[in-house]
Amino acid sequence: MTASTTLTPQAYLQAQSRWQPIEIIFWLATLLPYVLFPDYLSLASQIAITALFALSLDLILGYAGIVSLGHAAFFGVGAYTAGIIAKYGWGEPLSGLLAAAVLAGLTGYASSFIIARFRHLALIMLTLGFGLLLAELANSASWLTGGVDGLQGVKMWPLLGMFEFDLYGYVAYTYSLIVLFAVFLFARRLINSPFGLALRGIRENAVRMPAIGAPSRAHIQTIYTIAAAIAGIAGALLAQTTETVSLETLGFQRSADVLVMLVLGGAGRLYGGLIGAAIFMVARDQFSGIAPQYWYFWIGVLLVMVVMILPNGIIGGLSKIYGRWKRK
Amino acid sequence: MLPPIIGVLFDGFAYGMLLFLLSVGQSVTLGMMNFINLAHCAFAMVGGYVTVMLVNRYGWPFFATLPVAFIVTALISVVFERVLYRRLYRATDLDQVLLTIGIAFIAVAVAAYTFGTEQQPLQLPTYLRGSITFLGLNLVIYRLILVGIGIAATLILVGTLEYTRFGAQVRAAVDNQRMASGLGINVDRTFAVTFALGSGLAGLGGGLAIEIVGLDPLFAFTYLVYVLIVVSVGGLGSITGSFAAAAVLGISDIAGKYYVPQLGAFLIYLVMITLLMWRPTGLFGRR
Amino acid sequence: MSTPAHPARTTADNRALALATRGLSKSFGSLPVARDVEIKLPQGARYALIGPNGAGKTTLINLMTGMLTPNAGQIFLGDDDITATAPEERVRRGLARTFQINTLFAGLNPLEAVTLAVAERRGIAGNFWQNTAIHKEAIEEAHDILVRLRLGDCCYQITRELPYGRQRLLEIALALATKPKVLLLDEPAAGVPQEESGDIFEAVAGLSGDLTLLFIEHDMHVVFRFASHIIVLVGGAIFTEGSPAEIAADPGVREVYLGKRKHG
Repeated sequence: MTASTTLTPQAYLQAQSRWQPIEIIFWLATLLPYVLFPDYLSLASQIAITALFALSLDLILGYAGIVSLGHAAFFGVGAYTAGIIAKYGWGEPLSGLLAAAVLAGLTGYASSFIIARFRHLALIMLTLGFGLLLAELANSASWLTGGVDGLQGVKMWPLLGMFEFDLYGYVAYTYSLIVLFAVFLFARRLINSPFGLALRGIRENAVRMPAIGAPSRAHIQTIYTIAAAIAGIAGALLAQTTETVSLETLGFQRSADVLVMLVLGGAGRLYGGLIGAAIFMVARDQFSGIAPQYWYFWIGVLLVMVVMILPNGIIGGLSKIYGRWKRK
Repeated sequence: MLPPIIGVLFDGFAYGMLLFLLSVGQSVTLGMMNFINLAHCAFAMVGGYVTVMLVNRYGWPFFATLPVAFIVTALISVVFERVLYRRLYRATDLDQVLLTIGIAFIAVAVAAYTFGTEQQPLQLPTYLRGSITFLGLNLVIYRLILVGIGIAATLILVGTLEYTRFGAQVRAAVDNQRMASGLGINVDRTFAVTFALGSGLAGLGGGLAIEIVGLDPLFAFTYLVYVLIVVSVGGLGSITGSFAAAAVLGISDIAGKYYVPQLGAFLIYLVMITLLMWRPTGLFGRR
Repeated sequence: MSTPAHPARTTADNRALALATRGLSKSFGSLPVARDVEIKLPQGARYALIGPNGAGKTTLINLMTGMLTPNAGQIFLGDDDITATAPEERVRRGLARTFQINTLFAGLNPLEAVTLAVAERRGIAGNFWQNTAIHKEAIEEAHDILVRLRLGDCCYQITRELPYGRQRLLEIALALATKPKVLLLDEPAAGVPQEESGDIFEAVAGLSGDLTLLFIEHDMHVVFRFASHIIVLVGGAIFTEGSPAEIAADPGVREVYLGKRKHG
C-alpha cells in the first residue's frame, strides 16, 4: 500500500502545481525584447496581445475540448468596446479594459447557453455562425463601428495618469506584458483548481462526467464566459495600443489564425498558445515581404504535419523529449 | 403574367441547385464516416480551375469540360483519401478540422501561384448566354441549365440510393457502420467510392459556379461556409435534406439581397443558428 | 457481510424500496429493447440481472440512470420519481453505475479522477480560485476509497497505463466516490483475466451492507455467490425472477440460454 513516492496525496497534488524552473526562464525571457530588440517593441506588444488571445482559446479548446471557429467574436467585441469608449471621450485605459472584459464576458455568457448544449459538427457550426453573425453586425452598424473603414479617432489617455503611449511601443509592451502575466496567473490558478480538474474531466471523457454527478453544462458555460472575457481583454489591448479597430478583429481569419497558433504550440498545456503565438507572429513578420498566399501555403503544410506527426504541437513534441511536462 | 417575385424565387432556386451540387457529397460522407472535410470546397475549386483551363487555354466547348472536371476532382480526392484521410476516421473533430483546413490552405496557395489571384474570366458559348421570356419573366438560360442539372443529379442520386445494390450499401453504411460491416459490406470501399463521387460532384459544381459566382483562389473558403450551412441544416447523410436546405438557403440569400440588402448575410447565419438549435442533427438527419 | 434481503416480492410500499421501475418501456424505431419492465430493489439487496446477449440489460441500466429516455414507464429512487430527472441529478440523489466498457478519464491518474468525483459530490468543483491541494478532506476521502479497493499503490499512475483489472477497479472507485445509495454494476469483471478477477469480487463483497446493489453478470459462479435474488431478462422483458435456487432449477432459464426456445 506504499505510494510510489513518499508523498502524501495532498503533497503530491501540491507538487503538481509548483512553478517549474523552465516557466521562470520563460517569463524572464519576455523581458529580453527591451534589451535585445528595442526597435521591435510594437511587434512584441502585438505578440503579447495575441498570446493572451491564444491563452483564452486554450481554456476552452485545450482544457474543455470545445472546438471553436469563431472565437474572434469576443476579441472583436472587446476591441470595439474599448475603442468606442475611448472615441467618445473616456480614454482611460484600465477602465476601458474592464468594460471590454465585462461586455465580451456577457456576450460569451449569452452564447454559452447554446454552445454548451451541442457537440461535434453542430457545435463547430454554431461557433462559426456566431462569429460570422457578429462580423456582419459590425459591418452593418458602421455608424458605430466605422464599418469597413474601421474605427477612427481613438485617443488614449496616459496609463495610470503617468505613462503616455509612445511611438516606440515601450509603454504598449509593458502594459500588454503586465496584463498578459496577470491574466496568466489567474488562468494558471484556475487550471490547478478543482474546476480545472473538472474541465480536464470533460475533455478526457465527457460521457463519464454526468455519471459522477458533474454538471457539465454549467462548467462549460462558466469557462466559456471566462474565456470570452479574456479574449475581450486581448482585443481591448489591441485597440488601446494601436488606437484603431478594424473589422478583421472579428473576422474568420483571426479565428482561424489563433486556432493554428494554439495547435502549433500545443493545446492543453497553458504555454502552448503563448509559444505558438510568438512563433507565428515572428515568422509572419519575417515573411511579410512574401505574398500572403505563400505564407498560408506553409501554414497549411505545417498543419498537415502537426496533425499527422506531432499531435500535441511543439510543446508536446518537446515534452516527449524531456519527459517531464505533465499534460495538465 | 407571373409576378417578379417568381423570378427572384427562380434565381434563388438556381443558386440553391449550385449549392446542392457543391454540398451533397459532403453531407453523405459526413453522415457515413463522421469525417469533417473542410477541404471539400477546395476540391470544388479544382473542378472550377480545370474547366477554366480547358476552355480558355485549350478551347474546349464548355459542356465537354464538365465531365472532365468531375473526373479529375474525383481522382484527386481518391488520392487524398487513401494517403491522408483514412488515417483520421477515428481521430478527434479537431484533428480532422486542422488537417483539412491545412489542405485547403495549400490548395488556395497553389491556385494563387498557378492562376493568380484575380477572378477567372470565362466565355460561355453563345447559345448559353442570354435569357428567354416565359410568362412575362426573364429567365436566364444558364440558370435554367443549372436547375436542370441539379434536378437531374438529385434524381440520379436518389435513384442510385434506392434502387441499386451500391445504393443499399451506402444507406446501410450511413445508418450503422458496424452493423453494415458485420453484414459483409466493405465499408471502406463503399466510403472511398462515395467520397470520390461526392468530390466529383463538387468539382462539377465548381465548374458550373464560375458563371454565377466567379472563381478565384478564395472560392475554397467563401463557399465552404455555405456548404457547411447546407450540410448541417439539411442533416448529415441525407440527399433530400441537402436538396431542401440548399434550396432554402439559395432562395433566402437571393431574396434577402433583393428585398432587404441591408441585412446582408446576417439573415442566413441567423436562420442557420435558429434551425440548428431546433434540430441539432439537421432537418432530415438522425442521431 | 450484507444484511439479509427482504423477501423476493415486496409489497407495493415504495418506501421499503431503494430503486423501482414500473412499466418501463423503450423502443428504437420498431425495435423494442425494454418491454414493460418492473423491478423492485429493496434496500440493502444484492440482486443480479442475467440474460442472454442482447437481452437489454445494459439498456435497462441506461434507462435507470437517464442516459436513455424511456417511451413509457416510471423510475423511482426511494420515494422520488426520477423519470424526468437529469442524469447528473440522479447521481447526486444516490444512484450510481459502472460501465461495462471502461469509461475512465484516460489522461488523469486515479487520485485525480476520484478526487474529481469527490469534489463534484461536495460541490467544490465549481471553485476556480483555490488550488485543489487545499481541499484536504476531499483528497483524503478519495485516497481512502482507492486504498480500500487496493489501488493505493498505483494512484499516481496515469489511467491509460494501468493494467485492465486495475482499470475495472477504478470504475468501481469512481462510482463509490459519489456515495451512492444504489449501485448498478455492469459486468464488473468483464474481460478481466482469472488472476485479477479475485480482487474485483472481493471489492464487490466488501461493499457496505447499506448499499443496494444490482449487478449484471454472465459468470454464474459469481452470481450464485453474491446474489440473493436473480432477475432474468430476455428480449427486453423480464422472463422470470427468484432466488438462486429457484433460478438454477428453472428449465426455462436453461433453455433460454441454450437457445432451444426463442423468446421476444
